[in-house]
Amino acid sequence: MAASPHGSPIETVRKVADLARLDLADAEEEALALQFASILEHFQVLARLDVSGVEGMLGASRVDDVLREDLPRPSLPAGEMLRNAPAHTADFYSVPKTVGTAGGEM
Amino acid sequence: MSALHELDATALRNSIQKGERSVRETILETFARVDALDPPLHMFLNTQRGEALSRAAELDQRLAAGERPGPLFGVPVALKANMCLAGVETNCGSRILGGYRPPYTATFVQRLLDAGAIVVGMTNMDEFAMGSSSENSAFGPTRNPWDPSRTPGGSSSGSAVAVAAGIVPIALGSDTGGSVRQPAALCGIYGFKPTYGRVSRYGLVAFGSSLDQVSPFARSVRDIELAMAVLSGADENDSTCFDEPPLQPEQPADPGSLAGIRIGVPKEYFPAVLAGGVRERCEAALARLSELGAELVEVSLPHTDYAIPTYYVVATAEASSNLARYDGVRYGLRVEGDGSLQGMFAATREKGFGPEVKRRILLGTYVLSAGYYDAWYGRALKVRALLARDFERVFEKVDVVVGPTSPTAAFKLGEKADDPVAMYLCDILTTPVSLAGIPGLSVPVGFVEEGGKKLPVGMQIAGPWKGDARVLRVARAYEIASEYHKAAPPMATLAPPRNPAAAKNASTGEGATRGARA
Repeated sequence: MAASPHGSPIETVRKVADLARLDLADAEEEALALQFASILEHFQVLARLDVSGVEGMLGASRVDDVLREDLPRPSLPAGEMLRNAPAHTADFYSVPKTVGTAGGEM
Repeated sequence: MSALHELDATALRNSIQKGERSVRETILETFARVDALDPPLHMFLNTQRGEALSRAAELDQRLAAGERPGPLFGVPVALKANMCLAGVETNCGSRILGGYRPPYTATFVQRLLDAGAIVVGMTNMDEFAMGSSSENSAFGPTRNPWDPSRTPGGSSSGSAVAVAAGIVPIALGSDTGGSVRQPAALCGIYGFKPTYGRVSRYGLVAFGSSLDQVSPFARSVRDIELAMAVLSGADENDSTCFDEPPLQPEQPADPGSLAGIRIGVPKEYFPAVLAGGVRERCEAALARLSELGAELVEVSLPHTDYAIPTYYVVATAEASSNLARYDGVRYGLRVEGDGSLQGMFAATREKGFGPEVKRRILLGTYVLSAGYYDAWYGRALKVRALLARDFERVFEKVDVVVGPTSPTAAFKLGEKADDPVAMYLCDILTTPVSLAGIPGLSVPVGFVEEGGKKLPVGMQIAGPWKGDARVLRVARAYEIASEYHKAAPPMATLAPPRNPAAAKNASTGEGATRGARA
């Protein structure tokens, strides 16, 4: 578990920051790499515990399959939802152009 | 007649109902205290003075018209700034949500309003509820009223201090790994995390969804019970919420007796790292519980040492997913970056999140990433099951378990700010309860003295799943036999008079102002 397929601590932080869509300054990367290593080292105790045959506990609610009647209900008006957006048109959120740009592979 | 800060919510409501004070006077006095105490303590991110006063006038009219007052009629309350009240800025202590005004009201906030409560303002917090000291707020720390050079604990820091400093009798926080119980302990008040599923989370900004629980602070057990009766109950907007009527307190024949109650004392909850004074105060409280008739039983929760890593894997995994929504599109901050969509996301998040939130997003993303999921996240879920099983076994033999809430009393601001692991260890006694989803209450059990200042110590009473009422019953018996919950920090009692008329007559301190009032 200690060996990292992402590479060195700083490479790991870069890779994970990319996955998390988070830009980091160089100094920030270095500090985080150090802290990351120290946190993960502290967490290594988990690896030493025998958990064979134990089923994971996903949540604490012990309530499942809660369904209400499948009936349409009014939503909040679009205008109210858009009011908090940094940029929007009358009915839509506005984002940078995604077609025909480097970031637009989706 | 008692001064406002000496009254709990129940007494205040009764006082209003009897006509001893109007709702308007109550709210004016509340804001006089805000004006005096918020500058040194920094409890609030915003206050709702105008709205509160017009609501007070409305409530006074309704009372005069003969309306039967609700259980929180005229009671000022404070909300943590991760709770939704339509139209009121709630920014989670973060730059990334600066200016966010939710278009809807949380179910639990609506229930407070329907019960007659008046919202005073939104309180300061560690950014996105991640922290144990308030130092992760983007807007500066909140200070402990017992010693302003120290932390009030976190993350529900402003709400805890608003209650401890006598601004409001009840405030809401959210508790994911201890964020209400720990500040309650450090501020000398009650803080109750109910069983997961007891209170709807609809309208609470999500951090760790399988752990988050709306949790009240108060200065009396009956106020915690009152708040729970109002807050709890089914909500069709949160499928994890129990389909049950609101929580009702147990009514033992003798509330002061614990005869027949078995109290488990986990040996793991008195570890070597425990500060001496904290150990002493908790042992004294256990002795008192025994005098009240409870049987103390030594028990073991063998996986306690695994709780911190398990909690930080589970909570950060859930946080990394929940906080993916802050990307500069729907609310809050946007930073254009390199002009691409992906670049805008990454630049917005870089600028908008503080260091601890970034650390946790990265940790959560890491433990969920390909090649790590089974070794970290999958394994943590299994250890979580073992922790829950520990409690289930113990609760076959005892009614509640009791130990310290926090390993230390309030520490100095700045003392742990640069050491994430040291800060995470603050949660060692609260996270097991969170992971198991069971109820836990922090109860004031006395003081330690440091640097000439009295600092409160808290004791956690935890109960089995859905055993909320039993936890509160044990706390009530202790409360009857103790005075610690009545102690107020010196600066709270030196606050200025409750209204301008009284101010004219006030010579020194609050004794004069009390007398000056009809």
